[in-house]
Amino acid sequence: MKRIGVFVCHCGTNIANTVDCANVAEVAKDFPGVVYSCDYKYMCSEPGQVMIQEAIREHNLDGYVVAACSPRMHEPTFRKCAERAGMNPYMVEQVNIREQCSWVHADKTKGTGKSIDITRMGVAKVAQNEPLFSTTIPVTKRALVIGAGIAGIQAAIDIADAGYPVTLLDREHSMGGKMAQVDKTFPTLDCSACILTPKMVEAAQHPNIEIVTYAEVEAVDGFVGNFDVTIRKKARYVDVNKCTGCGLCSEKCPKKVASEFEMNLGTRKAIYVPFPQAVPNKPVIDAKNCRFLLDGKCGVCKKVCPTGAVDYEQKDEVIVERFGSIVVATGFEQFDISKYEEYGAGRIPDVITGLHLERLMNASGPTMGKIKRPSDGKVPEKIVFIKCVGSRDEAKGRPYCSRACCMYVAKHATLIKEKIPTSKSYIFYMDVRTAGKNYEEFYARTQNEYDAQYIRGRVSKIFQVGDKLIVRGEDSLLGRPVEIEADLVVLAAGMDPQQDAKDLARTLGISYDQHGWFTEAHPKLRPVETHTAGIFLAGACQGPKDIPDSVAQASAAAVKAAGLLSKKELTAEAQTAGCNEAYCSGCGLCVAICPYKAIELKRISERVHGGTRERQVSSVNQGLCQGCGACSVACPSSAMNLKGFSNDQILAEVDALCQR
Amino acid sequence: MRYGLYPGCSASGTGIEYGMSTKAVARRLGIELVEIPDWNCCGASSAHNRDHLLSIALPARNLALAEQAGLTDIAIPCAACYQRMKASERAVADAAERRDVAEVIEMDIKGTAKARSLLEVFANDLEPETIQKSVVKPLKGLKVACYYGCLLVKPAELAIDSPENPMMMDRLIANLGATPVDWAYKTECCGGSLAITRAHAAVGMTAQVLKYAKLAGADCIATPCPLCTSNLDMRQKEAEKVLGMELGLPIYYFTELMGAAFGLPAEELGINRHFTEATALIKKPVAPAPAER
Ligand code: SF4
Ligand code: SF4
Repeated sequence: MKRIGVFVCHCGTNIANTVDCANVAEVAKDFPGVVYSCDYKYMCSEPGQVMIQEAIREHNLDGYVVAACSPRMHEPTFRKCAERAGMNPYMVEQVNIREQCSWVHADKTKGTGKSIDITRMGVAKVAQNEPLFSTTIPVTKRALVIGAGIAGIQAAIDIADAGYPVTLLDREHSMGGKMAQVDKTFPTLDCSACILTPKMVEAAQHPNIEIVTYAEVEAVDGFVGNFDVTIRKKARYVDVNKCTGCGLCSEKCPKKVASEFEMNLGTRKAIYVPFPQAVPNKPVIDAKNCRFLLDGKCGVCKKVCPTGAVDYEQKDEVIVERFGSIVVATGFEQFDISKYEEYGAGRIPDVITGLHLERLMNASGPTMGKIKRPSDGKVPEKIVFIKCVGSRDEAKGRPYCSRACCMYVAKHATLIKEKIPTSKSYIFYMDVRTAGKNYEEFYARTQNEYDAQYIRGRVSKIFQVGDKLIVRGEDSLLGRPVEIEADLVVLAAGMDPQQDAKDLARTLGISYDQHGWFTEAHPKLRPVETHTAGIFLAGACQGPKDIPDSVAQASAAAVKAAGLLSKKELTAEAQTAGCNEAYCSGCGLCVAICPYKAIELKRISERVHGGTRERQVSSVNQGLCQGCGACSVACPSSAMNLKGFSNDQILAEVDALCQR
Repeated sequence: MRYGLYPGCSASGTGIEYGMSTKAVARRLGIELVEIPDWNCCGASSAHNRDHLLSIALPARNLALAEQAGLTDIAIPCAACYQRMKASERAVADAAERRDVAEVIEMDIKGTAKARSLLEVFANDLEPETIQKSVVKPLKGLKVACYYGCLLVKPAELAIDSPENPMMMDRLIANLGATPVDWAYKTECCGGSLAITRAHAAVGMTAQVLKYAKLAGADCIATPCPLCTSNLDMRQKEAEKVLGMELGLPIYYFTELMGAAFGLPAEELGINRHFTEATALIKKPVAPAPAER
């Protein structure tokens, strides 16, 4: 029989007020196997731990139970404490007499009785515990960053600066993400490109960074330290090694189409770079619009290319590479305003979004920075902004705040006034949220110095009469309907997750919320980690964020990723699932249920009655298993057991409770 | 095609042209409309302001009668009737509500009869080609503002089309050869429910609808609602005074326009019964009507 110790903690008065700790310790002396029991004010303190260690040596303990707070809080503390006394750390059980007893019961008798019961259960469990040993896994010292917007770029640079190779991947032709489309940034009003493009160049020229654009992640196998990532490099129809980026091809290409980068306000060619400062500055042929690829006519770009870089035969290339950690920075999509039919969005050309306005204000945009309205090119005098379009609107399925719109509208109103001094901006708002450094000051300036008129209330309808847009809404402070005849309406469209974010989440094995934003492991304490070890989040893919927040989070994610890469090897979770092959019927239920894809079926051959027989059993990949225990619950033949929480251990607890 | 018909009170009163043209057009399209036997008032104008159970029980009795008569799709011309019948259909889908209702109407109700707007039936159940084939006198050059009013599209749970920019009637009218105009007041309220209690306010609202139809360049307005029609048609003179502009906009039920395009005589459709002169726009049939199916 094992020699078991019991240590009952007071947690100051937290526990002792409602639980008679001395009594618990006293009663525990009689539990089967218990050779030593005591109570103490603070078990987690230095003297408390010394006390435990001395008891281990003195009484030659095989395992112990500490009755204290939640194991979430101090289980590692007490495991380490055991280790220092030469005991296997998994021979420790912590039972929770604080959250589960003293904090939920007012009555001391009840609290004490329950504490005794769960301590008895803990003792019964320890009696069944076996020493567990962690294995180690090697680490591939390379990181993958998915998404080369500002968050991805920042994360890549930080990891690379820490000395590890990084692959920075984006599905667009160029790095830059949404920030590349933005004209100026708040609250400093510096030009977006002037702060972004140098970063793009820095990343591109960094010896530790490899840029892979126009590529997508297709599959992810493996586990923390060793992810095998399948990447599809889409055919660009241009050999980037031969191309010098001279631009002759785009110049001569006869096919003009609307430019996505310019929000369809400008045009591009069928062979093109999305914007002049693109990195890499090598063109791509848009197969859907290229005359040659569609029906074999044209071929101009190939003829004019001085280096023979154009290659109509190019195919997608699929590669598999191994990475130690992954940072996801896939960003957001602008909310689709056509969901607001009452605003005529998508039908009335002069009802535009914030990103449209960014392009109209940008010096290298389709109007060379002159704000002209899309329908007739007239310079607008009266501009109406509507905030929270696709944010904080349950009816449109977007209950969340998009966080950046309040500020970008203030920025737009400021810039419009500077560009068109005779203009007047009206801003319909629900609340104004300016929780960032220097944000409130910026907002105040927009009102006081730039004459923007804020109207609290929602707009119910926008329609066109002649060349005016009638904006009808409510001023809820005056309690009156208002109507404004505007020349241009800008909808502050909120942020949506990328449409295919859920697919990527499934590929990576990370979780997402009901809207499609990736979820962090803990909103406060582990904000950049996912539930999947080795995969981290940066930027707006986790939820709406502005540039400063995205960059800050990217650096945080980079530290986590680099920290992981800096390890020689990783300690694998010791409390993993294991299959008893003798019991396993090979039904595969556990394979389907494991959220981490840690279980596979394998064939084994065994000798039966002199012959050999082949059969199928399940096998757990110890590197992938996160110890959630779903499989052992699902297993109909009790073959699957989670170490540290085996069926025998749990039943021993139940027995102990029933036998009192 | 066989549909139940819930004509509602307006079809024989304020909206008599709607009733006439509905029947004439259905006959021409070969659609059989079976009037629900012993139907009663749906309570549209006031029941829902008084008592919830009353407001769902009144229409539910009609649905129950339709059920007993073996009718599944109930075509309802009046927009207000449609909305109440639909609301009732939805309500009795809930077991508890169904029990309460069954008790008051002293009839079983299973929920097999579905409330459908007549507009929805003509615009969605029929292939566009079926309509086009029946057109003998295309309404070429006629610019029509399709006015849906609020009852068919709001609240969103009961709507037959988008609550903000419905297009169903626009497509139907286009199939008649006419040109639907894009305008902003498709679903704005005409003030129907205030027409008697606060007539002045109602006229103001009616006037706005008429004004924007006119500004959009429409020759006339098409509606699926007797209440809207009487407001827009009857109060047009008052609206002209409020607006200080001339209107002269004929207000047609969409079924009248269908009938006209099918070459049916104005008298059979009731077009000669309007307040605002409406026959001149829809001239005498040019071709002989095809044999009835
Ligand atoms: S071990 Fe837990 S219960 Fe005990 S003193 Fe520390 S925090 Fe409190
Ligand atoms: S414990 Fe969870 S993670 Fe581990 S194999 Fe079982 S189901 Fe998968």
